[in-house]
Amino acid sequence: MNTEEPKPIVVRNLVKKFSGQVVLDGLNFQVNKGEILVIMGGSGCGKSTLLRLLIGAMRPTSGSIEMLGADLTLLDEAGLDALRKKTGILFQSGALFNSMTVGENIALPLKEHTKLSADVINIMVKMKLEMVGLRDFEHLKPAELSGGMKKRVGLARAMALDPRIMFYDEPSAGLDPVASAMIDELMMDLNKKTGVTSIVVTHDMGSAFKIAHRMILLFRGRAVAVGTPAEIRASADPLVRQFVNGLADGPIPLRVSQKDYAEDLLEPFLERF
Amino acid sequence: MERTAGELGARFYSGLRYIGGMAWLLADALSFIFVAPFDRRRLRVRSAPVFEQMVRVGFSSLGIVCLVQLFIGVVIALQLANLLKTFGISEYVGSVVGLGIFRELGPLMTAMVMAGYAGAAMSAELGTMAVSEELEALRALAISPVRYLVVPRFIAAAVMIPCVTMVGNFVGVLGGMGIAWGVLHISPALFTQKMLETLVTSDVVVGIFKSWFFAQLIVLIACFEGLRVDSGAEGVGRAATRSVVFSIVMIISADCLFAAVFRLLLGR
Repeated sequence: MNTEEPKPIVVRNLVKKFSGQVVLDGLNFQVNKGEILVIMGGSGCGKSTLLRLLIGAMRPTSGSIEMLGADLTLLDEAGLDALRKKTGILFQSGALFNSMTVGENIALPLKEHTKLSADVINIMVKMKLEMVGLRDFEHLKPAELSGGMKKRVGLARAMALDPRIMFYDEPSAGLDPVASAMIDELMMDLNKKTGVTSIVVTHDMGSAFKIAHRMILLFRGRAVAVGTPAEIRASADPLVRQFVNGLADGPIPLRVSQKDYAEDLLEPFLERF
Repeated sequence: MERTAGELGARFYSGLRYIGGMAWLLADALSFIFVAPFDRRRLRVRSAPVFEQMVRVGFSSLGIVCLVQLFIGVVIALQLANLLKTFGISEYVGSVVGLGIFRELGPLMTAMVMAGYAGAAMSAELGTMAVSEELEALRALAISPVRYLVVPRFIAAAVMIPCVTMVGNFVGVLGGMGIAWGVLHISPALFTQKMLETLVTSDVVVGIFKSWFFAQLIVLIACFEGLRVDSGAEGVGRAATRSVVFSIVMIISADCLFAAVFRLLLGR
């Protein structure tokens, strides 16, 4: 890979606090052009917050996010919109517009942001649907689709404007193993064919190791491990080992209660005696 | 004492924030209507969603508005029938019904029906979209929810609600006319003559203006409540309820204010 080429995403010292509580604590990472970067972490580790910061839905407390040459944290709404046209996101639920058909969902960004004629848009909708294997579904409403199909349509919609960066929010959440494998296959296929830089946020280890070129493990708002799947798998760090192997106890404690169990149970009785 | 003062302060502050948020939404919507068409960099409001909303706000509500207005006309005429007869001025029923409906009850009752009919639907619809990540998806596609969802509703209501009010006004007058004929034996011709003698152009214009103003209140409150929903089915229900209750209170308050202002300005 050409090292002179600017990185599509560079995150520096990213901090996000919610009313005093630190969610992201000085995060640093880069994404290389055309790679699939998987961001892993348990619930509450800050990965959803990170994703919302990356798509400009929230502003960080401090730090910078450089995306396609512009600092996202300094952009106004118009600048963010310009950037959003070059990025796509697949939401956890698919987030299809329920009042529109599948075809209209995919046509919407094309209608709004291009001057293409209705016929050309129709052809493009068919192409995007063919890409996710749902070509003759364009007249159905989202309510008539299964969870996996909704995500595939969501993917087609996100790819409508041929983005340079794709974000995936928990792509396998709520799907059966087959549908989940299909989404994985589609993500890899799109990455290979279009060269789109992909950032995948997930806690599904199986899918993460299958699709990732590089991985980041988030814990308490920090990147505790960065590397290729092979490096992560070989890591001796107990935290990484616990997460990768899915162990219930380890550096992330199973029991998070602070009080002594017996004391807690007997507390109401202590006052009586 | 101190706590009450603190609570009052907090309430006042959240009230201010509420009004501020609504003013911001209004400014945003107006900028898309009046500024964006002259700015080549900004996206315009498309006509198709506006027409779609016009049909939903204006056409579908026509039946229920006419029914309500018809009964209003009937009730005014019935209630006044005996009183006017006692004074021997039965022929003035046309004046009372005409003035009452065109100036006051037509715009007011139509706005009330619309707050329930269109306002609740708008806030529930936008609220559901907020809950199901659809608003976030719109933003991620670089489509402003205000431009794409709020502005078409705003324009549709501002155009259609006054029109529906006018149609309803005529139906209401017909209702009054029917009672005048059947109960008071006042011919439609005399009814109309007395009505036209009393009504001046300003009455009708004030009625239309009020209905236009109420329309914006309804949409603004409904959309604001809908967009700020953040949690589940309960939040959607609460938004719909709040938007209806709030709209009705605001409509009546504004109506009261208008009555005073126009009395000062126009002398009637």
